[in-house]
Amino acid sequence: MRSFASAPLLGLWFAFLALPFAGWRGALWTGLACAALVAAARTLGRVLRAEPVARRLAMAQEAIGESWEFMLRGTRDWRVAALVLLGLVAFPWVLDRYKTDVLVVAGIYVMLSLGLNVVVGFAGLLDLGYVAFYAVGAYSYALLSTWYGLSFWPGLLGGAALAAVFGILLGIPVLRLRGDYLAIVTLGFGEIIRIVLNNWDDVTRGPNGILGIGRPHLGDFRFSQPMHFFYLVLALCLITMFIVGRLNRSRIGRAWAAMREDESAAECMGVNLVHAKLLAFAFGASWAGLGGVVFAAKQTFVSPESFAFFESVIILCMVVLGGMGSVPGVVLGALILVALPEALRELTLFRPMILGGAMVLMMVMRPRGFLRERGLRLAEGALPPGVPREEGR
Amino acid sequence: MLELEDVHFYYGRIHALQGVSLKVPAGRVVCLIGSNGAGKSTTLMAVSGVHAIARGAVRFEGRPIHGLPPDQIVRLGISQVPEGRRIFPLLTVLENLEMGAYLRRDAGEVERDLDQVYSLFPVLHERRRQRGGTLSGGEQQMLAIGRALMARPRLLLLDEPSLGLAPMLVEAIFGALGRIREQGTGIFLVEQNAHVALGFADWVYVMETGRIVMDGPPEELRRSPAVREAYLGE
Ligand SMILES: Nc1ncnc2c1ncn2[C@@H]1O[C@H](COP(=O)(O)OP(=O)(O)OP(=O)(O)O)[C@@H](O)[C@H]1O
Ligand SMILES: [Mg+2]
Repeated sequence: MRSFASAPLLGLWFAFLALPFAGWRGALWTGLACAALVAAARTLGRVLRAEPVARRLAMAQEAIGESWEFMLRGTRDWRVAALVLLGLVAFPWVLDRYKTDVLVVAGIYVMLSLGLNVVVGFAGLLDLGYVAFYAVGAYSYALLSTWYGLSFWPGLLGGAALAAVFGILLGIPVLRLRGDYLAIVTLGFGEIIRIVLNNWDDVTRGPNGILGIGRPHLGDFRFSQPMHFFYLVLALCLITMFIVGRLNRSRIGRAWAAMREDESAAECMGVNLVHAKLLAFAFGASWAGLGGVVFAAKQTFVSPESFAFFESVIILCMVVLGGMGSVPGVVLGALILVALPEALRELTLFRPMILGGAMVLMMVMRPRGFLRERGLRLAEGALPPGVPREEGR
Repeated sequence: MLELEDVHFYYGRIHALQGVSLKVPAGRVVCLIGSNGAGKSTTLMAVSGVHAIARGAVRFEGRPIHGLPPDQIVRLGISQVPEGRRIFPLLTVLENLEMGAYLRRDAGEVERDLDQVYSLFPVLHERRRQRGGTLSGGEQQMLAIGRALMARPRLLLLDEPSLGLAPMLVEAIFGALGRIREQGTGIFLVEQNAHVALGFADWVYVMETGRIVMDGPPEELRRSPAVREAYLGE
């Protein structure tokens, strides 16, 4: 009962806070609403944690994770992989233009979240300004395309390279920072980039944005339909998944994992922390750069609005929701968080609330995401079949 | 093999090492004892390059190594078992050991050293697929030592390996250290447990508030009234 006692107290507190702004009546209502909300949340929490409900919820989540993993395991067999690929290739022929376009957006987010996963999931560096690199990629291509008529493919490389450079620029001052401090500085960095884009009228045209960005073409073929972009993004996503997955199992991947768990111990093992951190920032940023170039080319228009702080939050949510450090998990997280708002079109107003609620629920029920990272090299695969995975939940 | 000469180190304004000089001859076990906060861990970190010293010199096999970054020092053949073990809790035992060999490129030899570590600490082999964080304190200490050995060091730095362990386990750990010594690896050991340290070391240094106040072979220190009173509790 103790937990309910706090509801009226919290209500009273919020009424007090609201008093100067809302007057007596407003304060009264605020207080009542707060008390009711707290009581409702407590009840909901109790119901969710109650044995049968909690078990079912956990089972449902487990099922999502397991079936996703089952599908992925299947793709190790080349025949299944070919079938899945065929299915993906067929998508734009089955879906309408709008849905295909949504999938293109989803693909861009998959690239972004995989890139952020390198920084946050692999290396354990909390970056709240990741969208800045997305902006760098998008704007560098926008400017190069409109000023010099640079075509898409070199622009793709240029955007990724420039984003990597910005990753290092951010990395150098924050080498010594950890945890909360790192988060704050990266957040500031993201905002600085957006504010510069918004105010440097001569170059970026400020809030008006840049129009008339060139679309990609391959020889004489011009990318114009959502379907064309779908194939482009699909290819880039597969490449990203492949490289990021390989990276996790590589030497530098191991160095990141060690650094994430214990920086000083990693240093004692001979991990060069400066190199490892800068590589993580640069490498993570370069995927955002790629995504930004694709975004700019698809929209043919960029403005600072697309690179608000909330984007960083969403991308971070994708990483956390799917399971930090797990490549398939992060892909799943990105797909869910793009699909969810689409499914809830009519409830536009409530979307942030539902998103927040989903995240809270997730953190309570399955704090390590749908798919937990499975150690590095030998924790997985080397286990003979039938041996349960250790590590308690 | 290892030589510190008039080493000074500051944490901000705290003068933690006030001119430390000591020697660890090749293949020998040298122990540093001293009370809490004397600067023992700081001395080890000055050797391993985690702390950059303010004055003085650290030489390994005649070559100055102060100013080198930690990874270079590991490469030269000095590896450290840090205070409080600091294993990687979410990595498996095997992955922890592999991290110890992070800088090595000779995969075949690494395999052999892995077998060596397993024969030194069979329990690590049993638990090789278990996450490091799920091991008991004693097993974690073994893992920390094994991990440091995977770098194939010529000098092993150990910071209080007996900390918080039951006497049986302390014995087991020091038994293993004895075998490491037999293979010709130099050991520079920091200990609070002076009984154990004096029984194991070839030479002992006593540290107080950032200074070496006494040194000698263990038999000699055991006779010293000051040491008996302060460190052996007699
Ligand atoms: N990071 C730090 N910042 C500031 N002062 C420190 C720091 N680490 C250690 N000190 C101080 O330096 C002195 C020496 O510390 P050190 O850790 O080397 O002692 P120690 O001999 O290893 O002690 P113990 O036996 O308790 O491990 C102490 O006075 C300690 O308070
Ligand atoms: Mg200490």
